[in-house]
Amino acid sequence: MRYEAPETLKSAVTLLAKEKGLAFVLAGGTDLLVKMKGGFLEPDLVVDIKRIKGVFDITKSATGFRIGAAVPGVALGENAALVKAWPGVVEGANLIGSKQVQGRCTMVGNLCNGSPAADGVPALIAGNAKVVISGPKGKRTIPVEQVPVSPGRISLKKGEIIEAILLPKRPANSSDAYLRFIPRTEMDIAVVSAAVNLTLDGKGTVKDARVVLGAVAPTIIVVPAAAKALIGSKLDAAALEKLAAACSAACKPIDDKRGTIEFRTKVAGVLARRAAEIAYKRAGGK
Amino acid sequence: MPLDTHFTNQKFKQVGTRPLRPDGVDKVTGRAKYGADYNAPGQLIALVLRSPHAHARIKKIDTSKAEKLAGVKAIITSADLPDLTAGDRGMRDMLENCMARKKVLYDGHAVAAVAAIDQTTARKALKLIQVDYEILPHVTDVDEALKPSAPVIHNDIFTEGVEPTPTKPSNNNKRASFGHGDIEQGFRDADIIVEHTYKTEQTHQGYIEPHACVANVSPDGQGELWVCTQGHFVYRNQCAALLGMDISKLRVTASEIGGGFGGKTHIWTEPLALALSRKANRPVKLTMSREEVFRCSGPTSSTSIDMKIGAKRDGTITAAHGVLRYHGGAFPATWAEFGAMTAFACYDLKNVKSESIEVIVNRPKTAAYRAPSAPMAAFAVESAVDELAKKIGMDPVELRIKNAAKQGTQSSYGPVYGPIGIGATLEAAKNHAHMKAPLGKNQGRGMACGFWFNFGGQTCCDINVTPDGTVTVAVGTIDVGGSRASIGLMAAEELGISYDNVRVVIADTSSLGHNDMTDGSRGTFSTGLATIAAARNAIKVLCARAAKMWDIPEDAVVWEDGHAKPAGTNAGNFPPLSIKEIAAAAGNTGGPIAGHNELVADGAGVSFATHICDIEVDPETGRSTVKRYTVIQDAGKAVHPTYVEGQYQGGAAQGIGWALNEEYIYGKDGRLQNAGFLDYRIPVCSDLPFIDTMILEIPNPNHPYGVRGVGETSIVPPLAAVANAMSNAVGIRLTHIPMSPPRVLKAISARKH
Repeated sequence: MRYEAPETLKSAVTLLAKEKGLAFVLAGGTDLLVKMKGGFLEPDLVVDIKRIKGVFDITKSATGFRIGAAVPGVALGENAALVKAWPGVVEGANLIGSKQVQGRCTMVGNLCNGSPAADGVPALIAGNAKVVISGPKGKRTIPVEQVPVSPGRISLKKGEIIEAILLPKRPANSSDAYLRFIPRTEMDIAVVSAAVNLTLDGKGTVKDARVVLGAVAPTIIVVPAAAKALIGSKLDAAALEKLAAACSAACKPIDDKRGTIEFRTKVAGVLARRAAEIAYKRAGGK
Repeated sequence: MPLDTHFTNQKFKQVGTRPLRPDGVDKVTGRAKYGADYNAPGQLIALVLRSPHAHARIKKIDTSKAEKLAGVKAIITSADLPDLTAGDRGMRDMLENCMARKKVLYDGHAVAAVAAIDQTTARKALKLIQVDYEILPHVTDVDEALKPSAPVIHNDIFTEGVEPTPTKPSNNNKRASFGHGDIEQGFRDADIIVEHTYKTEQTHQGYIEPHACVANVSPDGQGELWVCTQGHFVYRNQCAALLGMDISKLRVTASEIGGGFGGKTHIWTEPLALALSRKANRPVKLTMSREEVFRCSGPTSSTSIDMKIGAKRDGTITAAHGVLRYHGGAFPATWAEFGAMTAFACYDLKNVKSESIEVIVNRPKTAAYRAPSAPMAAFAVESAVDELAKKIGMDPVELRIKNAAKQGTQSSYGPVYGPIGIGATLEAAKNHAHMKAPLGKNQGRGMACGFWFNFGGQTCCDINVTPDGTVTVAVGTIDVGGSRASIGLMAAEELGISYDNVRVVIADTSSLGHNDMTDGSRGTFSTGLATIAAARNAIKVLCARAAKMWDIPEDAVVWEDGHAKPAGTNAGNFPPLSIKEIAAAAGNTGGPIAGHNELVADGAGVSFATHICDIEVDPETGRSTVKRYTVIQDAGKAVHPTYVEGQYQGGAAQGIGWALNEEYIYGKDGRLQNAGFLDYRIPVCSDLPFIDTMILEIPNPNHPYGVRGVGETSIVPPLAAVANAMSNAVGIRLTHIPMSPPRVLKAISARKH
């Protein structure tokens, strides 16, 4: 196995593009190194991107936030402006692993695992986040939900690296929330998860909404019918009931070691409802 | 001098205090050496090739390609481990479990092992070994395995304990029955009868340290093994037998142990490491991965239990009947028998019958897990007793108090009890503040009792007084829960010296006589007995030396507060001689001063506990949180109360995990789906409340200080205590452990509809 730690994105892309064997990007390493140690992955090339300029930066501009590919979970939580604007995104990312893992793990890594249960991703999708991709043919920007394809697979092509995540600028009275179900309190993977992103008008009526579910289908899914149930409401009981029903209806889960179809379908609605209530309060709704 | 083991009710100076454990600083600073911390010069790394199939015939194993790989120094299959067990079924099964012979019997069963210069090479070599399997039908469920349509795993197993012995082989290796009275009459006398079938899923002990060893066999036939184990003498004896070595030629040194709970009571990969070392003529290190620990060490049984209990309206239990089916994994075992023996042990019953049915399935060979088999039986009995109380309209504690066993009760498994603590733990529970605390919304409270036999066994101990008068104690029982501190306290107590002047070590197998392993909560009880006796023998020597120094008769010297004193004024007027002074003079009075003892520790006092649990359930998700938990248990005498409390808390924590989330999940293909801590969910710290403890001391009459074992009983009540709390919180009786959120939500939803 070869280990490379290039100082520019361009050389990282070149290294990955030229490698004939199995090549992986290393940022936090909380997935890659574990898989290598366990003997599940035997890469020919590992490209460490942590020496590339800007990968640890969170920058705020007129268009929103740009979060570098190697920013660890703990740094997201320590950025007051980001937490204020996107509390759901940060709380999702901060649920990954444990305190120790938070010091290393990244949202981009979480996204590139392609897991439908990734805690760092649903709130990004609910927030209309995009990723900036560098590759042999230059740069492109795509919505986050276009990255995962199926469990463990993503749409990136050979040689491509996600260099940053872009979160848009917030309109007034906006906020988000993320909830996941685990049987324990920590150190676990979502059995079901829900992210809700809301924008209210000045009177507390939902103007815009986006509802996203994790671990209930082969990929993380957006549920437009659930968003529709909320828009125009003040999150009354009937709207929440419709939201929950829409979420349960959108589930295409499997029975596995972490939960049953029946359980996931029911709990998806419960979590979406609870997340909506949290997001609503955060957005200034009463 | 035979040891007088009668309880003496003496006043203690050291016993009952809470000094630091001698292994504490090393453990928290990382100095302590665990199994995988041993390394030998020139050692090879071994890996094991394991079956991906639950049940298959091995048609051919081709190791030729792997052997040609540079860096591979030895490869073994069952051909390198000839059967030397001479008709001993237990040892033969152990051999076959260490390495599959004609068939693989479970997912993860070893088929070959490689020793290479490093891990990477060993991994490559494993991939080059070709095994041709003929896949056979498999069965992993305890009830399915008993059906006539189930594939028969061993064609030489004919159910023991039934008349006449069956002529057809089956997956039921043994049946047994315990009890007394007439249950038919008892049920006719009952006003209320509760009857259910209960199920518990398979759990693993979940020790944090995987099995690890370094084996080193020389061409002259001598060998050494450094290993993480609960019983290095037992490992030595078993390995020597399987490898055809003289026991004396294999020296086993035990590492510190990062948890065992019964899972490290017999051998798994150690004979493979020894056989590889013998073949390669190099030291071989073999460490199990976490996945291997789950797939192929020794978890406990999954069970299916029919329980029927009847009572009068006044709460008197008139009859109790249990049929307990436990699997032993892929080999014959007698775990159901333990379940049947312990099931009704808490109660004074006129009519009782408990029947055991042992089952063989395509899962790893079951090993002991802390009070093995008792928690599942207690889950069934204590759930039924709770339901009985509800139906009668009686307080569940009162119902249990009314039926509790006491001194003189004939136990359901045979013996008549001496002084026991079940009544006292129940009274303490009844009066505990926890019982009276208010409950919040969606919360429920439950309680349950538990029993464990406790064990004594073969033990020996060496005490040596060093030239400066401090003392070393060498014992042969592995310290799994602070026993070195407790043994140090007992030695200090007898010798009348400070705990700080006693150093306790675990001796290797060539330095002491055979010791049974640390199981059955025997460590502090049995090694304590040997230590007390050895200390008394050392005191005799110390007195004799003082007599020599004073030139008076030996019997004119007494030992008090760490000093030799003349027995009376007639003996002479000498100032007391300290242990330090006597030790300093030893070179001139007869040489080194020591005390030795070896014994079979009889009379381990039985142990009882009562637990109280508060739980909160989210009715929309089935998720539960234990809010408060109290353990009340009889310790006989708590030698080191902190470590007694630690045992109480540890058992409760494991039991809560078992009750709520832990389970082996097998796919239809017979493969284990969750061989890791991510999906085999033991509780993490934040999942548990602080576990409150209360130590009761009802002395064991068979120990001079009154000590009983304390390590295991604490895991017996939690399954039932949590289930009773859960049932009270959601208003539904849950009969399937673990009560994971999907199961609880399903039960809640079923009630709504």
